[in-house]
Amino acid sequence: MNILGLLRVAMRALAVNKLRSLLTMLGIIIGVAAVIVMIAVGGGAQKRVEEQIQSLGSNLLLILSGARTQGGVRLGVGSNYTLSEDDAIAINREIPEAIAAPALRGGAQVIWGNTNWATQIYGTTNEYLEVRQWALADGRAFEAGEMTGAGKVCIVGQTVVRQLFADANPIGQVIRIKRVPFTVIGVLENKGQSMMGTDQDDIIVVPIGTARGRVLGSANLAKQRAVSTIWVKVAEGLDTKVVEEQVRSLLRQRHRLQAEAEDDFSLRNLAEVMAAQEASSRVLALLLAAVASVSLVVGGIGIMNIMLVSVTERTREIGLRMAVGARTRDILGQFLVEAVTLSLLGGLVGIAIGVTAAIAIAQFAGWRIVLAPESVMLAVAFAFAIGVFFGFYPARKAARLNPVEALRFE
Amino acid sequence: MAEPLIHTRDLLKVYRVGDNEIRALDGVSIDIARGEITAVMGPSGSGKSTFMNMLGCLDRPSSGEYVLGGRRVSEFVGDELAEVRNRSIGFVFQTFNLLARTSAVENVELPLVYAGVGAAERRSRALEMLAKVGLAERAGHQPAQLSGGQQQRVAIARALVTRPLLILADEPTGALDSHTSLEIMGLLQELNRNGLTVVLVTHEPDVARFARRVLRFLDGRLVEDQVNAAPDDAMAMLRGAAVAA
Repeated sequence: MNILGLLRVAMRALAVNKLRSLLTMLGIIIGVAAVIVMIAVGGGAQKRVEEQIQSLGSNLLLILSGARTQGGVRLGVGSNYTLSEDDAIAINREIPEAIAAPALRGGAQVIWGNTNWATQIYGTTNEYLEVRQWALADGRAFEAGEMTGAGKVCIVGQTVVRQLFADANPIGQVIRIKRVPFTVIGVLENKGQSMMGTDQDDIIVVPIGTARGRVLGSANLAKQRAVSTIWVKVAEGLDTKVVEEQVRSLLRQRHRLQAEAEDDFSLRNLAEVMAAQEASSRVLALLLAAVASVSLVVGGIGIMNIMLVSVTERTREIGLRMAVGARTRDILGQFLVEAVTLSLLGGLVGIAIGVTAAIAIAQFAGWRIVLAPESVMLAVAFAFAIGVFFGFYPARKAARLNPVEALRFE
Repeated sequence: MAEPLIHTRDLLKVYRVGDNEIRALDGVSIDIARGEITAVMGPSGSGKSTFMNMLGCLDRPSSGEYVLGGRRVSEFVGDELAEVRNRSIGFVFQTFNLLARTSAVENVELPLVYAGVGAAERRSRALEMLAKVGLAERAGHQPAQLSGGQQQRVAIARALVTRPLLILADEPTGALDSHTSLEIMGLLQELNRNGLTVVLVTHEPDVARFARRVLRFLDGRLVEDQVNAAPDDAMAMLRGAAVAA
């Protein structure tokens, strides 16, 4: 019998017990739908992590000021300003593979007209924008004179624009940061949430000298040209670990640390943190898909169960088919096609439900999803394989029946 | 004498049940010529069903020889036997064994499906056979919509459709009333008159009297081989009954 004939026989046999066929398919439907939703959600989560890595840059080193001990109390990273602007300049000068941006940060209340907003003030240099791969949506970066002369100019993030200016054009407006008037010269592009969930766009960038002298600093800080953080970008294609060690030894040398002394700064390789996070999100996506595919296997067992019942119920039919000349492969094919039809139909319905559910999740829960055509193809292939795998045993059982006994079966 | 259609020598079928050996067939040797109509009789357990399964290539003998139409089918296994059943043998069963929810014509087509005959030729040959058994206008009916006699006619059409060498009828009238039984026997006799070899398996003497030759089995052995010089004519009996009524 050809495949089309087998398919017709299978459809007819399945139509005899419509409810039973539907219930049998339900296992596959749920399994395939679950796999598709899980792959979509897992893929979405992974994509988000990848984008965050993109937005932060995957080749960043972050140097934080060291800890200070005060009367036996250790105050943690950043409690002491052990880094200075000159460290950043030295890195830029000594290590050509790296671009360093010193930064001093703090919170401040910002006022424009009759609105105000509490935000983060970032005192830094133009290198910071380069290091963070952060383009300007509007306006310009700092000019050399503004950097050296502590110019009262600032570049604002998108959240600040939204909260402070609403619909007005921020360029050229004068805002007050801690009562000091600043002219807005640029607007940063949207950057979104950081990996830790903080809003990266809630920021105002000012020249580092201005920040130290006018906004965040004290006379003490000004004398040391101290900074809290130095961001370092490693040139594309270089091993961040090598550059990390170069930076570390340069800073230790500059800070005149003895060989046995601990670092008075903290050096973090963000590339490694990111890689770990990406790996964990990939494992999570894989785990989700694996859990979902368990339900597919359960659905397959349901098919095997019903096919075994069906073979028993139709023993006489099988005997008759053998009596009129059905060969082993005819009977095997008939029941195998029936099982595969069940699983494939279930798979198709499952795809429809899974895709709909994934889109609904994206719409209503606001989760990021990625619907890959490969995952749909994979689900179909998997459903087919399940049908063949779990249909084979019942079909073989049918094909191996003894015609004499099958015909006598009550 | 021409080569017989069926030739068996010392057919033996042994079943083992625990330590016991049961000889369902205990050395059966027989020749049946083309065009014969033969009844195989015997009480249950006599081996007549086993003999019929051997003749129908549904089962293999433990030993002995079976030649059907010149082929030593006792040597055949598996799909070779399926091929013999498909091409050379037509089965008629007591309970008809039609596929439910399948039209009469599709039931008749079934052996041709396994013979690999194309759809169009299948349909025309099946319709032709249905016409031959007088059910041309019932081709689209499903078994549940047909009477017992009509269902058995469909089954006979199915048995005939591959133009077999042999029709094997196992209690073909067992599930039918006496009038319908006469119709079915009349049909089988008519087919026989047109040259078809028919083997009937039955325990009813009422059926056996339509056969020219009666074989009796007991305890797996052929105990009697009787020629019935003047078998009853089922069609004539039907006409007689109609006149009497």
